[in-house]
Amino acid sequence: MKDSRRESMIDPLQMEKQEWKKRQMQHRLKQILTISSPIFIVLLWEFLSRTGLIDARFFPPPTEIVGTFWAMGMSGELFHHVGISLFRIFAGFLLGVIPAIVIGLLMGLYGPIRHFLSPLIMALMPIPTLALLPIIIILFGVGEVSKVVTIAGSVFFPVVINTVAGVVNIDRIYLDVAKNYGADSKQFFFKIALPGSLPVMLEGIQMGQAIALLTIVAAEMMGANSGIGYLIWTSYKAFLLKEMFVGLVLISFFGYLFSIILRGLQAKLLPWR
Amino acid sequence: MEAKISIKDLTKVFYKKESRVTALQDISLDIADGEFVCLVGPSGCGKTTLLRILADLEKPSGGTFEIAKSKKERPLQSMVFQERGVIPWLTVEGNVSFGLKMRHLPADVINERTAYYLKKVGLEKFAKLYPKELSGGMKQRVSIARAFANDPEILLMDEPFAALDEQNKFILQEELLNIWSETKKTVLFITHSIDEALLLSDRILLMSSQPGTIIDEKRIDLPRPRNMEQVRADPLMADHFVEIWNHLQDEVQRSRK
Repeated sequence: MKDSRRESMIDPLQMEKQEWKKRQMQHRLKQILTISSPIFIVLLWEFLSRTGLIDARFFPPPTEIVGTFWAMGMSGELFHHVGISLFRIFAGFLLGVIPAIVIGLLMGLYGPIRHFLSPLIMALMPIPTLALLPIIIILFGVGEVSKVVTIAGSVFFPVVINTVAGVVNIDRIYLDVAKNYGADSKQFFFKIALPGSLPVMLEGIQMGQAIALLTIVAAEMMGANSGIGYLIWTSYKAFLLKEMFVGLVLISFFGYLFSIILRGLQAKLLPWR
Repeated sequence: MEAKISIKDLTKVFYKKESRVTALQDISLDIADGEFVCLVGPSGCGKTTLLRILADLEKPSGGTFEIAKSKKERPLQSMVFQERGVIPWLTVEGNVSFGLKMRHLPADVINERTAYYLKKVGLEKFAKLYPKELSGGMKQRVSIARAFANDPEILLMDEPFAALDEQNKFILQEELLNIWSETKKTVLFITHSIDEALLLSDRILLMSSQPGTIIDEKRIDLPRPRNMEQVRADPLMADHFVEIWNHLQDEVQRSRK
């Protein structure tokens, strides 16, 4: 009894320091684990492919894929495909997001508009835009417009639905505050409805971004002669699997990049969260 | 003296399928200019409904009310909402100046009045912060500053301190009395804390449970400035406390049957 008490009295500070160091170690370990899994997979892949344990024709070693990536970059071929895909994504994204926000806000703010439009949106939403590609091509031709419209169509739905939900779920008390302090409809829109719905709206835009990438690749596989999706598809058909993997890695990279950009935008637009 | 707020036969019925609830029945009431009135009653007695009608957030089913206007540019009323009423996407400053901005006042007037009331409630250092960074007591100070800065004819307060802990509650009650004594606004204040009502009021109105009617009133003549020790030490206040307590007990029992 006496002994244990004396022991704890010796160095309480030292003990806390030890604890703190332990926590730091654990934190570092978590970071290392997060970085290590992709590195591990790439190394394993390299090893298996080099030693012939997996078929190098289907799974060429990562170092060779990097080499192919370099060669394609130098020839300018890669930039052509990436550029055209990025253009389609951006144009389609804007063409989908802007009307979705406008219509979503109107639906959220005005009950009659919401009740009138929501059955149409509910009916159209489950149809994959890709399944509408034939109709889109009939309407807009085989050129760029039809790809942009396909992206726009697939981005539109998650954004419109989240925008409506964002407005409808604004706490009633803020509406009371606005009314009590005499906000007119323009002030109500800019001070309450728009900022209040922004968090949920941005979640919808994040979702739309992911769907835009899925859609562009599939749309370019089906009817295009350029773009990352086209690159993946033609490389596969010509059995140029290194080139195909270059395309896949690019998609993964852009998906990651876009979500980082949107997270940053979210932090900038929502300092109050 | 002419009444600042006069309410005549105010009735509110909530009508739903096959059921109707009379929240307020024939409320008639005059409140003098500069008077601080607390409305005390069991929960569900319609006191919030009465306040919301005066705040123009709800329409009465019958009867009328009038708030006397002293200056043309003054808004009729401003409400101090419960803690959640501070708008999270506006800074402290943005919240306090909210009413002034909605009324399109000139920028220098807005800045001056906002700064004045921020200082009054001791939040001038926190002007640029968002509400998420504030404690409950600080949020409620924002809400009070917002209402006073708006300079309305009357102030309506809907249990503004209900969510605060005891210590913070005392501090804010005294701060509220300080600001109030400077402006002498007419205040209608809802609470179910008897101590709070005794400390703040010139007059306490007692409400019955459903249908809500005003069944009694008590004048509190304790000299101002007051503090909680005085209220607790005064034997007359102790009598008032017990009477109001018994009344609330009766009403709660009655509404259970």
